[in-house]
Amino acid sequence: MSTGRHTKEEFDAAPWHGKTRKYDIVKEGVIAVVVVSVLAVALSLLLGSPDDTPLTFKGWATSNSDNFYATAVSELAGTSGTATYGAPYNKAADGLNVGPLWLQKWAGASRPIDSVNDFVIAPLSTQVLSTDIASALATWKAATAKDQSTWATNYDSAIAKVEGKLSDVPAGNYGPVPALAQGLTDMAKAGGLDAALLSQGGFFQTDNTKQILFFGDGSYLDDAGTAANLQGGTWGMMNETGRYPGQAWLWLYSFWYQIPPFNNEESKPIGANADAYIMFLMGGLSLGLILIPLIPGIKTLPMRIPIHRGIWRQYYEENGIKRRKH
Amino acid sequence: MSTSENKMWTARLRNAWQRNLPVDKLLPDDQPAYVASWIYVFGVATIAALGVIIASGIVLAFQGPAWYHTSDIGKFTNSMHFWSVQMFFAFMVIHLWGKFWMAAWRGNRVRTWMTGAVTFVVSIATAFTGYLIQTNFDSQWISFEAKDGFNSVGVGAWFTVTNLGQMLLLHVAFLPLILGVITFIHVLMVRRRGVVPPIDALPFDMEVRK
Ligand code: HEM
Repeated sequence: MSTGRHTKEEFDAAPWHGKTRKYDIVKEGVIAVVVVSVLAVALSLLLGSPDDTPLTFKGWATSNSDNFYATAVSELAGTSGTATYGAPYNKAADGLNVGPLWLQKWAGASRPIDSVNDFVIAPLSTQVLSTDIASALATWKAATAKDQSTWATNYDSAIAKVEGKLSDVPAGNYGPVPALAQGLTDMAKAGGLDAALLSQGGFFQTDNTKQILFFGDGSYLDDAGTAANLQGGTWGMMNETGRYPGQAWLWLYSFWYQIPPFNNEESKPIGANADAYIMFLMGGLSLGLILIPLIPGIKTLPMRIPIHRGIWRQYYEENGIKRRKH
Repeated sequence: MSTSENKMWTARLRNAWQRNLPVDKLLPDDQPAYVASWIYVFGVATIAALGVIIASGIVLAFQGPAWYHTSDIGKFTNSMHFWSVQMFFAFMVIHLWGKFWMAAWRGNRVRTWMTGAVTFVVSIATAFTGYLIQTNFDSQWISFEAKDGFNSVGVGAWFTVTNLGQMLLLHVAFLPLILGVITFIHVLMVRRRGVVPPIDALPFDMEVRK
């Protein structure tokens, strides 16, 4: 049947001249709106919706002040996640790549963040400070970049050596860094840091990037994510706080993060660049979904697996149409 | 019809419209007899859910993103928005699978499938930006986690998930507009082509053979 497929396509495209039935699409639409509205009202009244209050710097500095303090030091020393991130925040790293494509680096540091000034020095400078912290700040500002870096790096490594247990840190050449970290911790505890990070001295602000990034550099946000079962390695992308359904439609995106090599940061090149590979993979698969009608092997699947026999059973029975080979 | 009228853009548009989508094709009161399955309901159900999403979204937009944290009516409206989104996706995915197993792209309907699939992808982006503007713990978490994916392919240089203002505008203005327009085109295409005949529907079943 060489012309068979051709006429079949024409037949499928032609206006239907077979039997018809009355079908009131407007009534169907109105009923659908009513039913969906009633369902939505019922679910809303019965179950509500998730809304866990946001975390704050105040909460962090109060509940785990050592971790906050150490994070502040890492921002000054340039060892925090943000300070070492690369594009789009700075040029500290090349970022991820897929083969020869260094898209992250190429896109450039378009959203610059200077963890020293933006996270610590500028917020502190907005405050009325006690004399010792004010003089520490003045010392820092007057110092050379080399001195600043030596003090902060010394202190940061000393804290790392005692695994964050601040009371065990030995004396050393730390300059004003301990006082600055203490000043920022006090400021955060008092509730002043959240707003200072956002406003950066301005009036209108709608960009929370600095707050979010600083937050993520410590363990407070991460611990809360783990507690809420939201970690990406355990399907967290699809989860929601509380017992609510989350973005279940991200199941395939989330799936890749569960399996090797994507879930192994050590494995090169894919695991180490999992975020980028999975982006490309999902981009390709989305394109594939759009192009299904053109993909040989997939576009004929519905003919070969006879689910359509169930969907149109009545029609097939009435017309005595048997299943055909495709 | 004079030749000058033939050349008029307005006349051409009207004629093309009348040829392709006359009103009785747009709003027919009968359907082929094979349109007799529950699966056909899910396209309409998806539109209905989208309607509830938009209505509740408009109420939320008028009050601003922080309203629902403190107001009971706000919370209820937010719940309406939340659950209609869940239903929207459930209906849409059933619809998608249904159309796949019906091979509903047959007979010049490839573009109907494609606009549908694009709607699916745009819906995911729209929902995602919605999660980012919740202004609660969930949105803090999602923005911190999700930035890495977008940054890793350079998109993060422009699409900044940690920028609440940007996400708000995309979620309430740009993305719904795109979604609405493509959905509209999708449905017009369905009406224009008519509902796809069953797989193996045989020409001898037709009363008139062209
Ligand atoms: C906002 C999302 C969507 C809405 C509101 C929507 C709405 C509709 C409606 C009302 C119909 C006609 C009734 C029916 O057969 O159910 C339809 C048909 C169709 N839809 Fe969608 N749809 C959406 C998404 C999708 C998706 C994601 C796909 C597939 C990737 C898709 C593919 C199709 C196809 C191929 C038809 C033609 C069916 C035929 O001729 O029998 N749609 N859609």
